[in-house]
Amino acid sequence: MNQRILMAAAAALVAGCAATPAGEDASAQALQIMKSSFQERGQAKLDRLDQDEAQKLCSAAGADAVPKDVAERIEKANLAQIRYPADGKLLGDWREGEKIAQSGVGKQFSDDPKRPAGGNCYACHQLSKAEISFGTIGPSLHNFGKLRGPSEATRRYAYGKIYNAQAFTACSNMPRFGHNGILTEEQLKHLVALLLDPASPVNR
Amino acid sequence: MRTRRNIAVIAIAAAAGLAPEALAQGSAMEEIQKYRDQLAAGNPAELWEARGEALWKHQRGPKNVSLEACDLGKGTGVVRGAYAELPRYFADAGRVMDLETRLVHCMTTLQGLKEEEVTARPYGSGNRRSDFEALAAWITSESKGVAMKVLMEHPKEREAYRVGEKIFYFRGGPHDFACATCHGESGKRIRLQDLPNLTERKDAQRGYITWPAYRVSQGELRTMQWRLYDCFRQQRFPELKFGSEASIALISFLAKNAQDGVYAGPAIKR
Repeated sequence: MNQRILMAAAAALVAGCAATPAGEDASAQALQIMKSSFQERGQAKLDRLDQDEAQKLCSAAGADAVPKDVAERIEKANLAQIRYPADGKLLGDWREGEKIAQSGVGKQFSDDPKRPAGGNCYACHQLSKAEISFGTIGPSLHNFGKLRGPSEATRRYAYGKIYNAQAFTACSNMPRFGHNGILTEEQLKHLVALLLDPASPVNR
Repeated sequence: MRTRRNIAVIAIAAAAGLAPEALAQGSAMEEIQKYRDQLAAGNPAELWEARGEALWKHQRGPKNVSLEACDLGKGTGVVRGAYAELPRYFADAGRVMDLETRLVHCMTTLQGLKEEEVTARPYGSGNRRSDFEALAAWITSESKGVAMKVLMEHPKEREAYRVGEKIFYFRGGPHDFACATCHGESGKRIRLQDLPNLTERKDAQRGYITWPAYRVSQGELRTMQWRLYDCFRQQRFPELKFGSEASIALISFLAKNAQDGVYAGPAIKR
């Protein structure tokens, strides 16, 4: 009898171990190694290695896409955290938006935290036709406003997408500029104008 | 960064006799390739290589010996082809090491130097030169033409690869960036800079076999340790420690992905 209980307990233990995927152990090990391999410098403290839920889930997926249910969970949680401007105004000045789109300053340990950060949009996206030095990690945004029109819904989508890209596409490569405090509310409005103002070079 | 890049584009445009605004993207890319080809004709990396060879043979430290008794993995003093098999497990240290950490090991154990002294300047700047950049330039040049062959036989080597893979996909910091954000897909660019997909054999080989490299924009010879250090800076991570376990794991992952690529460094890059 005792022996049988013991065997059942052992079987449960084995099952318990099997339920922890090997990948999770490697992740925990990797995190531990990373914590001892980096040091704080300037504004980049070690807590930057503490992942939120989306970062954890997206990392765990590795080269694969996250499963559909996980993607929906990430999107729902991020969507709920978008904060729209209290004054209800979403359109700033596209000229300021262009400057923000060009600037890659911000959040690196080599950056002066007192300087305003940029969005570095051109690193990954085509925007105005005149700027030929653009990257291709993200889609072309040339004619973004022209193709979608000036509706309030489009403005809210553009603001929300820049504020928190993962509210719409889980594990998107795009930084969550509002959510993570990279850009201010005012800067986000300027970027919405860059995308949607008919006078913006993006739509010309 | 952006200014420098734009200046380069304008300079190329001027050299080609074109107004910058007349440049279509395609021709800009072609001109940049021509610029790169011209750079390759004379590589200042040779200056670092010469200094590195002299440092290797220079007797110093409390024990007043040279590094010629250092075992880089292929036996005492064997430099030819050694870099192509790194990182690897070293029984005398009980861990996996890349080139720079092995050099630190030899400097401390053979020459009797203090670790904090030798690692004080891993990356040079102007007159403040780094011995590691010189030594790495020379030692890697002795693997030119040798196919990359990291062994991955020892369990610790396989563990380093697995951890390195996890680090490659680790998203963190205010920008949610991982190595994979920029280096996990083929055919992508940042601005006009082509990005190698380090999970794909051909790209991984091309990337790995050209480090260390002389960086024209910095006037410095940079190592693989520096490459990772500066990638993490741009990822908005804290500062990667020189020779850290994470750096060795990540280099193990990248080296294995570049397996069979014929080593061609030190190269010259923008």
